Amino acid sequence: MAESDFALLKERFEYLTERESADHCAVNCPAEKLVELCTALRDEFDYDMLVDVTAVDWDAQSPRFTGIYHFLSTSKHEYLRVAADCPDDINPTLPSLCELFAAANWHERETYDLMGIRYEGHPNLRRILMWDEYPYHPLRKDFPLAGIETPLPAADVAEQTGATVIAAPMMGGPFVSSGDGPMSQTEPRARDESWTEKKEKPTN
Amino acid sequence: MDQKTVAYDSKVEGEVIVTQADAVINWIRKHSVWPMPMGLACCAIELMAAGGSRFDMARFGMEVMRFSPRQADCMIVAGTVTYKMAEVVRRIYEQMAEPKWVVAMGACASTGGMYRSYATMQGVDRIIPVDVYVSGCPPRPEALLDAMIKLQDKIGRESAVKNLTASNASKRVAAPKLAGAGKEN
Repeated sequence: MAESDFALLKERFEYLTERESADHCAVNCPAEKLVELCTALRDEFDYDMLVDVTAVDWDAQSPRFTGIYHFLSTSKHEYLRVAADCPDDINPTLPSLCELFAAANWHERETYDLMGIRYEGHPNLRRILMWDEYPYHPLRKDFPLAGIETPLPAADVAEQTGATVIAAPMMGGPFVSSGDGPMSQTEPRARDESWTEKKEKPTN
Repeated sequence: MDQKTVAYDSKVEGEVIVTQADAVINWIRKHSVWPMPMGLACCAIELMAAGGSRFDMARFGMEVMRFSPRQADCMIVAGTVTYKMAEVVRRIYEQMAEPKWVVAMGACASTGGMYRSYATMQGVDRIIPVDVYVSGCPPRPEALLDAMIKLQDKIGRESAVKNLTASNASKRVAAPKLAGAGKEN
């Protein structure tokens, strides 16, 4: 985003604050002003493409969830990131952008599915990846990577086969990078969480 | 009355081989395996390569891929089975007519592979009985051909009418024995 544009935006919407960013411009926006801001971005600032909708779970912090939106201006070839904190930590909600950008529809469904953020005004807020009855939001920080034991989506198949959704055995994994230090020394290594006869299965 | 021979006369009836019913039926079955490609991930690409001219599964009599379970007797589960897809795999398996076999192609279908996660079924043998497992991620077409030849061997050793006999008729209603059922997780 050009400096002048950015200044203009901040002048017009005084509730915006600049957000730390390693790449393109980023702003923080209060959740209740999101639709207003995005309407202006689309109609007046030429940010005509919504590239991505995602969210961050800050775990123990409050506000716990932050919705992230990436916009692209196809005329100016500039990206802009908008972040909006969810006011409620227990039942996080954000306004839906489906009215403004058709692309928001599936992206918001995905974020709802995996993070559990409800988008108010979404025409069809159902899960998009996990099955409808799945009780958890798997990308939340308090969800274990292996999963939690739950019934299979199809009751008759579960009955016939005795299969359930199990916590996946880690078998030496997960393979994670410590993330601090030079890349040559932070190759992903197995954080051994496997269980055997000798080592107890970790409790979820 | 002339003395007539009761022995077989090759001039009248052509050439005949005496054998067992099992051997004949299994010989027919194993040389016309009609696979049902259950292509769920990248393994399906190797499966297609195995069907193509370079590797040519047709040499072993199993090139007739049918995309309808009604017309197939061997399901090749090629790829990652998610829990959401598990229901579909099971239903398609149930729609296949007996006798039927299952090949779990690749690490994902066999064990969940690299996907130790909340979304992936840890081996398709938890919901359907698998006859042959193929290792690899994905397996080379040669590995799949080897597995299919092993499946032919297995078909050849089966009792051809196992699902028709009275003792088995009652069992048919129950689910087949599964590797995953009742397994300690």
